Amino acid sequence: MEHQAISSEITFEHHTDDATFRKKVVRTTILLTVITIIELILGVGIYLIHKGPDPNAMLVLFFKGLVCILTLAKAYYIVSVFMHLGDEIRNMIMTIVVPLLLFIWFIIAFIVDGNSYKNLRNTYDKHFQETTTPKPHHGAEKAPVAEPQPGKQ
Amino acid sequence: MATTATAQQTKWWSGGKSPFNMEYGKLMMWYFLMSDAFTFGAFLISYGTIRFSQNFWPDPNVVFNAVPGLGHNDLPLVFVSIMTFILIISSVTMVLAVHAGHKGDKQGVIKWLAWTIVGGIAFLSCQAWEWHHLITGVHPTLIDGKIEFIGQTTTHNPWGQLVDGAALTEALNNSSQHTLATLVHEHHANMSHADLMGKSKEELIGMLNIAEMHIREKGPVAFGGYFYGITGFHGFHVFSGVIINIVMLIMAQKNVFQQRGHYLMIEKAGLYWHFVDLVWVFVFLCFYLI
Repeated sequence: MEHQAISSEITFEHHTDDATFRKKVVRTTILLTVITIIELILGVGIYLIHKGPDPNAMLVLFFKGLVCILTLAKAYYIVSVFMHLGDEIRNMIMTIVVPLLLFIWFIIAFIVDGNSYKNLRNTYDKHFQETTTPKPHHGAEKAPVAEPQPGKQ
Repeated sequence: MATTATAQQTKWWSGGKSPFNMEYGKLMMWYFLMSDAFTFGAFLISYGTIRFSQNFWPDPNVVFNAVPGLGHNDLPLVFVSIMTFILIISSVTMVLAVHAGHKGDKQGVIKWLAWTIVGGIAFLSCQAWEWHHLITGVHPTLIDGKIEFIGQTTTHNPWGQLVDGAALTEALNNSSQHTLATLVHEHHANMSHADLMGKSKEELIGMLNIAEMHIREKGPVAFGGYFYGITGFHGFHVFSGVIINIVMLIMAQKNVFQQRGHYLMIEKAGLYWHFVDLVWVFVFLCFYLI
């Protein structure tokens, strides 16, 4: 076994010639770069909307959703091309990917939990609501607003 | 691939070989990375839970807007995009190192591993600067009715909501002489701090343009803990990845892999390194973009 060129556990190797490999790596690098640049443009977009006179919450949410989807695309390319998971045997891929499906429940359950905690506090803890809820954006600066003295929170 | 396997009539489960066509070490590296993904996932999700439980959360573009050497310019996303590209490029050089390993090309492995290590160290340096900047850079913040200077730590957060005119005037009247002198000094750099300390509080407040001041309340304390905890945990992974890569570089240099007949070890180190890049993609998303 020892004089075998490669580990005895590997029955066959993935032979990729240099040209195909180079093309694949270059293509993936460009793809990751382009996706990152789009993400940054969306990030700047969110920044400008926030800075603007009348921030559109729905548009910000839409941009953020778009950024999340682009991130998942990036993750897919890193795992399947750079980590070569896409070239492995299907059963092997499944032992990695299927457990990760737990994240679907994980994310939804915990985000909903956090959101529910906020709603409960806003309902039953008026001090929390008054001291932490963002005031209406800009424009309202001229009107003298009685500043609630921040006590110990 | 499965199709190739059936074409060759390979009986994967008949014993004597890996049913996954993969050496044991690499398979275990995959399972380790999967469990690590859950660790990072749990951290990021708990950050999401806390964020959703708050009415207000600091805007990342306000917090992360500095670039080394460019002073107080407001440049959101610039520095972190440099860090992101450093990590993507170092991931590409790692792919090239693994490929060189497949071909048994020792010089190629050494060259690309060295570049990967350079990328890792560059990323860590960026992170060190960013942490340093956040912790030591103090910001005037409204605390208990007066202005105080605080940095971003795990117990303080200067990134709350903006304080409006009336409340700001009141807070300035309550603030100490030293605080006011420091505030004026920021806008009138030609006057020394000592000179300003000699002026009365009324004079100092008169020198400030209250409408132009962006003073904030205290922000949610959890922000700092999550930011330093998660980026720190990721930075620790980058650090251990750099150490692993250095060990690989030395082993390649000493012909260890050449004598072994294969460079599969580089492949495992590569998996770990790509995972570090993968995690950064999500840290970047959660802390800087949304």
